[in-house]
Parts: sequence; C-alpha cells; structure tokens
Amino acid sequence: MKLELRGITKRFGSLVANDQIDLVIQPGEIRALLGENGAGKTTLMNVLYGLMQPDEGEILLDDKPVAIHSPRDAIRAKIGMVHQHFMLVPVFTVAENVTLGSEPVRKGPLGLPSFGLLDRRKARREVLALSERFGLRVDPDAPVEELPVGVQQRVEIIKALLRDAQVLVLDEPTAVLTPHETEDLFRIMRELREGGRSIIFISHKLKEVQAIADTITVIRRGKVVGERPPATSSTELASLMVGRSVQLRVSKEPAKPGDVVLDVQDLTVAGERGERSVRGVSFQVRAGEILGMAGVQGNGQTELCEALMGLRPSTGSVLLNGTDLSHSPTRVRLHAGIGYVPEDRSEDGLVADFSVADNLILDLYDQPPYASGIALNLDTIRESAVRQVEEYDVRTTSVETPAGTLSGGNQQKVVVAREMGRDVKLLLVSQPTRGLDVGSIEFVHKRLVAQRDAGAAVLIVSSELDEIYALADRIAVMYEGRIVAFRPPTISEQELGLLMAGSDPAGFTAPDPAGSTLPTGSTAPDSGGAPETPAPAQEPSSHE
Amino acid sequence: MSDQDEAEPSAAPYVPTATTTAQDTGAPGPDQPGGRQPLTGNAIIKAVTEGHSVVITILAGFVALLVGAVLIVASDPVVLRAWNSFGYAPGTAFSATWSSVAAAYSALFEGAIFSPGTISAAFHGGSIAAIFYPLSLTAFEATPLILTGLSVAVCFRAGMFNIGAAGQWIGGALVATWLGYAVNLPIVLHAVVCVIGAFAGGAVIGWIVGEIKARTGAHEVILTIMLNYVMYNFLAFALSSQSLMQAPGQTNAVAPSIDGNATLPHVGGPPPQVGVGFLIALAAAAGTAWLLSRSTLGFEFRAVGASPSAARSAGIRVERVWVLAFLIAGGLAGLSASTIVQGQTAPLTTTSYGTYGFDGITVALLGRARPLGVVLAGLLFGALNAGGTVMEAATGVPSDVTNVIEALIVLFVAAPPLIRLLFRLRSTSGAGPQAVTSKGWSG
Repeated sequence: MKLELRGITKRFGSLVANDQIDLVIQPGEIRALLGENGAGKTTLMNVLYGLMQPDEGEILLDDKPVAIHSPRDAIRAKIGMVHQHFMLVPVFTVAENVTLGSEPVRKGPLGLPSFGLLDRRKARREVLALSERFGLRVDPDAPVEELPVGVQQRVEIIKALLRDAQVLVLDEPTAVLTPHETEDLFRIMRELREGGRSIIFISHKLKEVQAIADTITVIRRGKVVGERPPATSSTELASLMVGRSVQLRVSKEPAKPGDVVLDVQDLTVAGERGERSVRGVSFQVRAGEILGMAGVQGNGQTELCEALMGLRPSTGSVLLNGTDLSHSPTRVRLHAGIGYVPEDRSEDGLVADFSVADNLILDLYDQPPYASGIALNLDTIRESAVRQVEEYDVRTTSVETPAGTLSGGNQQKVVVAREMGRDVKLLLVSQPTRGLDVGSIEFVHKRLVAQRDAGAAVLIVSSELDEIYALADRIAVMYEGRIVAFRPPTISEQELGLLMAGSDPAGFTAPDPAGSTLPTGSTAPDSGGAPETPAPAQEPSSHE
Repeated sequence: MSDQDEAEPSAAPYVPTATTTAQDTGAPGPDQPGGRQPLTGNAIIKAVTEGHSVVITILAGFVALLVGAVLIVASDPVVLRAWNSFGYAPGTAFSATWSSVAAAYSALFEGAIFSPGTISAAFHGGSIAAIFYPLSLTAFEATPLILTGLSVAVCFRAGMFNIGAAGQWIGGALVATWLGYAVNLPIVLHAVVCVIGAFAGGAVIGWIVGEIKARTGAHEVILTIMLNYVMYNFLAFALSSQSLMQAPGQTNAVAPSIDGNATLPHVGGPPPQVGVGFLIALAAAAGTAWLLSRSTLGFEFRAVGASPSAARSAGIRVERVWVLAFLIAGGLAGLSASTIVQGQTAPLTTTSYGTYGFDGITVALLGRARPLGVVLAGLLFGALNAGGTVMEAATGVPSDVTNVIEALIVLFVAAPPLIRLLFRLRSTSGAGPQAVTSKGWSG
C-alpha cells in the first residue's frame, strides 16, 4: 500500500509544528523520520494515526484521499502504530492483549452469538501464525508483565499486524531496548518489509536510521529539510537535523586521576518490592576521572544513584573524601559536595511549575547568597539566574518562565547549570542526555568533561553505549544489581553489549584490564559478580 | 518561547511511564475534558492553584447571580402568581420578576456595601459613620472566613488538603476561652495572650495531623476528618463537665464568658467599627503571603506542593514540610477561633464553630490558595453573608439564597470549561505566554 502525506500543516497557537510536510512511502519500504525532539515527528505521526487533525493537507492511500479522524479510522485504513509507551494490560496474556478491542467471540450453539465468550483458541492461533510468519517469537500464553520490554514491543507489533496493518509506525522503538533487542527488532522490521509492509521508523539516533532505513527523511522545525539515502555520513545527517555543524563526539584529553573521592563498599539497596535491586556493589571514583556505569535499564542503576544520594535506604558504606556519608540525609550529601543530575529530570530534577530561576536554586535556596536567615533574596536569585541562563545557553523567554514549558534539552541545561554552578567534588549524573537532541547532547557532554578537567570526580550512569564511549575513562558494567566487570573504554562494542546482557565473553574471573591502564584508579571487580542466570530472559521461545 | 518546544511538549521519549499516553504528546490544553492525567490529589491541588483566571471568576459570579435570581423568583409568591397568568398579562410577569429580583439584590448590595440612603441622610445631619456600617458588617463576616481560608490555602500550597480547619478551630477556641476566663491579666496583654494561645491551640491540632502523616504516611484527608469528630465531641464533653470548662451553675453545654480584658476591641469608636479581629486577619494574610513567596520555608512548601519527588531529590525534608505546613495551618484556624471567641460577646458553645472550617475550603478554592485571593474571596463571602441577612429582613427572600450563590461561584470556578462554553471563550490554557496573562492575582 502506498501512503502519501500531502502538505500537512499543524499549528498549536502561534507555533507551527508541521509546516507543509510532503511524504511518499512506497510499499515494502522502511522510511526513517529523523529529527530532534520537538521537530514535529510525533505530531506528524499523530496526524497520520488520527490522534490529531491537520489544519491543512491530506492523506492519500494508493492515491485515494482518506479521512482519518480517529485511531479507529486509521486502523480501518490499515495503518498501525506502536507507541513509545506500550498500551498493554500487564496482567493479561499476550493473546488476550493482542485481541483487546477486537476480541474474537465464539459462536454459541446453533450458530447464535454467545455474548462475552472469548474465542481464546482463535486468538492463540492467530498470534502463533503471525509469530511464525514474521519471526516474532512470542509465547501467546505468557502474561505481558512477565515479558522483557523487547518482547512487549513485539506484542504491540503483533497487535498492529493482527489488524492487518500495511503501514506500521514505530515511534522511537529502540529507546527502551538493549543493543541486542534492537538488532532483533531490525531483523523483524526487515522481514516485515519482505512481506510488503511499509514501516515508518521514528528516531533521533543516527546510527540506527543508517542501519535500517531505505530512505531517511530529516525533519527540522516542522519542515522536511532533506531526504537522504542511508549511506549518507553521520556528520551530514546531524548537521541537517540540527541546522548547524555539530561535534558528534567531544574531544577530551586522557584522564589524570587524583585521589579517591567517592568510595563505595558493599552497597546493597532494596528495590520497590523489597527485593535486593543493588547487591553488594563496591567501586571508587577518583578526582579528575569519569567512571561510566553501563548497563541495560533496570539492572539496579536507578536504585544505586538514589542510594548514593540518600533517597533510598541502603547498607554498606559510602565515603566522600573520607567522610562517612552512609547514613546521611540527602541535604547533607548535597552540601558535602555531591552534584546530582537525576535520571528523570521532569519528575526529580525539576519542579515543572517553578520558574527557571527557582529551579536554578532548588537545592541552594537556603544558602547564602540566595537567602539571609529565612528570607529569600529574590533579587540575587534573579540576577544569578540571568547569569546562568546566559552561561549555559538555556533558551527561555525569561527566568520567570515555568521550567516545565522548556524543551527537554533546555530543562536539562537548567539542571546541569544548577548542579555544576557550585563547587562540587563529585558529580553523579544519571542518563544525562536521555531524550536530548544532538545539539544538547554535545553541550552536556562538553560540560561534563570540563568538570572532570576541573578536578571533579564524575560518575555517569547511562544505558546508551555511545554516551559511555564518548565520556568514560573507565567503564563499569551493571547487571542484575551487581557490577559484573570493569573495563577500559577501548573495549569493543560487541563485548560491552554482551556484558550488559549478562554473559561474559571472556569469563567473569578475568582480571580487570582497567587495572593495568589505570594503576591507581581501579578497584577489584565484585568477586561475586557472576550472575546465576546468564540472560535467558532475552529470548523466550515460542511454545509451539 | 524557544520556537519548536511546544510541538511535542514534555515528550520525554524514553520514560516508560504508564500514565502518559501517546495522545498526550502534542495535545496542548491541560484542562481539556478528559484531562491529561488521572486526577490524583496533586493534580486537583494543581487545578485549584492555577486553574481559573480573574475573568472566569467574574463570569462565574455573574452566572451564579443569575441562578440566584431564579431562586429569588421562585421564593416570591407575587411573581409566581404573575407567571401563572402569563397568558393574560405577560408584561406583568416580566415586570414583577424584575422588581422582585432587583429589590432582593439591591437589598443584598445595601446590606453588604453601602446604602445610598445613608449618604443623603449624612447630608441632612445624619451620621457619616452610618455610610460605612454595611462595609463593617462585611468585614466582620469575612474575618473568620479569611483566616480559615488561609489555613486551607497554606496546606494546598504544600500539596495537602486541610479538611480539618474545623477541628483546629475548636482547638484554638478552647485554649483562647480557657485563657480568657481562668487567667487574670491586665488589659491588652490578656487579649494578646489569648490570641497567641488560640494560635497555639490550633497549631497543636494541626501538628498532630502533620506528625502522623510524616511518621506513618496516613492520608491527611482521613486524619483531619477523623480529628474533626474527635474535636466536636471533645468540645461537647468539655463544655458539659463542671470539672472542665462548663460555666459554673449552668446545665447547658456552654463555657464561662471570657474576661473583659481578653476581648478584642473594636477600633474607630461607635458603629461602624472595624474589629481588631479583621486587622488580625489582614496581618495573617500578609504574613502568609510573605512566608509563601519570600521565605525559605515557603520555598520548601511550594516545592513539596508542586513536586515532592523533585523536592526530595533537592534535599528538602518533605516530612518536615508536612508537619510545619499543618502546624501553621492549624495556627491560622486557631486565630479564626480567636476572632470569634474574643470578638463576640457570646460564650463558647457546642455550635460556635459553625461552618467556618468548611467555608475555609471554599474560600481557599475561590482564592486560588493565594493569600490576596483568599482575602478577596473571604470579603466576597462576607459581603454575601452580611447582605443576605439584610435581604431576608427587607424582602423576605431567604438568606440561604446567598449560600447557594457562594457554592455556585465555586462550582463554576472549579469547572472553567463550563464557563468557557457558556460564554464561548477561547481556551487560554496550554501555551506559555497566554497562560501567564491568565494569571490574575498572585499574592
């Protein structure tokens, strides 16, 4: 089925989110939509899927205009969408989930409809048939909540295919996947393409669109700024996307590690449900070095950071420059010189309703010069905010603007400005560039390296391999609550990917190679690091 | 506004939170029907503190007055009869309606703001002071409402519901009354001690709520409601035991009258008088405004109210904020009690608390949980109360109509889409710059 978008324009007030966008997608084509956050990719797809109505323009299927006023119309027109956030019922099985909304009902006796009786067998059969056809290995009887994220995504894809989707929209599908799961998704996408389906793949990751797309459409500020073949260089794509030339990887000198700043011994943290989500982690970070904590999301990194900040109870010891902070409240840790950039900036890093100025003093509001006694010095707060907004290039109309109205990149700049604007000994940074565009990533990375060069110890937790490689002087890999390996940044991407998935290519007992490159900076890898289960969760096989 | 930011607002593409759906990405209005998020407590509070513009409030008042007019007509037999014979004399029906509504509302106005008659009387040798008599009544009625409204507002700003202003009011009333009759102190000092005692009494009751919430995580709505029952019954118990606070020789549940030295005087001579209580209310509003917007403690309150998780990550002790917010809220409710117990001649009884506590919620809602807003809302309700009495006396329209009007104003204000629909206003929510202009009073 050929899909054509013609002159799509969508405005929000004075803002033009989509400006005369034309797009033609042939059957059996994988088309990447590449653009920064806020470029208008998701808006365009929401228009296509009937979640929004365009102000101008039309949608044509096989050269015939169609009216899509709701997702229901879109499904009828054989357009399927897999959202960033899955729309699955966790306690339902795969089969139940994929048939949700179009439940096959069993015929009662004498061919009469029997209301409410689901035809589970038919649902199972269909799921299995599709799994077979496109290599989407999924167990139809497994409850969705027990499946890894990558498999849940397959369930979403099956859901769309079951409704006979000929055009499949995947909105940032790789954001939640491990490198391995991403490979798997790409394989499925190729098989779908062989089957004549077309796929619209939304992403802001250059490597991925280069790897999978047949054609790359770059969108900037609501306009199509170019269509390129996948062989186009990263630099060219990045500058098209951002509108200026960008440095994809910050240049940095080799680290000059100094004294141990952060010393963590045998830290154990309980998770939400009482399970131990961090299990006896020990490591050190030295002044002037960046330790990159790599790992697939959900292996204890979030809990580790929160425990280090005193936001979550833990056992074990945390020393900052020799001072025991193991049982100190968050406030004391902040004042002792830890700068903290939380993983979830909109939830934990910022108060969305507060002004930019107030957010810039969120953890300094009772310190001079911002307060005298219990009175806030509003003028000082404002002046310093103006200065920091300038210095950190935060794009905002004024320092009184609520931080929640800024783009993700600018929000992160506010957090970064706050945490780096004071004298920090340790910078604890979790997923610093998640959801940021290329330009903002460049900015944040530069700042982090500058902090390192100024003598701060930096701990970066990230699930992005590129980020780890770009910044880390030493890499620690977390898997199932443990640090399973320390490696130098020269480690191959393949090996790192395997470590993150819980299987060690070289065996866990191998000595920490970082030990030789950084004679002072290495610690013994967690001896009990071998996971009991080497990642069987990645590939649950179909029951048939 | 940095150009493209709004296109995919808060798209935060990686965060797999189940609450946000894809429909959210890009859909601007936060108060469109259906809403962006499930209405959790925090979202409700958010809707309260930023929800309505001044325009919406004024229009809501207008609609409420229209509905009130229907009630006035319905309560007037003359008008009803005129409508029954509508077929014969339609003009009569309309003129009767008009005159009935006009009479009632002008009586309401004269009772609450000023009566033109007093001005002409003043020119003919009457009392100039009489001109201000209705206003002084309004201030008098508004005083306790402003204070309980502030009490509720402080908790709103810290992200909590204070349904317990009534219980805290009783706590303050008991302490002020006891200090008023059981202690002998010189004039002025005695009154000051009683006022401070009332604050402390209310603060203790509020503190209990905050402390239990901080220690156990119990929800403050349940705590405050239950504590209200405890206080209602404790008041009845204390006022009916001779060994506690029952007035000697009384069989009714009533406290002894407080000492003359402990009463709050009126300033400005013979009526019209402005009670010192009203000045206390204004001072409390100013103090609360300073606390909330210019102090470090208020910064903590607002941060916890807007985002507890971000506040916690920034090292703010959230539990401590809960305790302190409830302590201050309780104290303000206690002050409200002091203006009644010390400002009126009647001794404390089992019904003295009236509906001040719950009216405080409506006042805080209407005032958008901002001190200046609370003062204005309190004055509006005070005016309606004061005018309602005069209206009932002058035209026979039950003063309950004003209560209906008060409730309707808040109801319409709480549902801005309804008002927008009625007046075909464009939604002003969503985009940043417009949202700012719709923020009217921001005391």
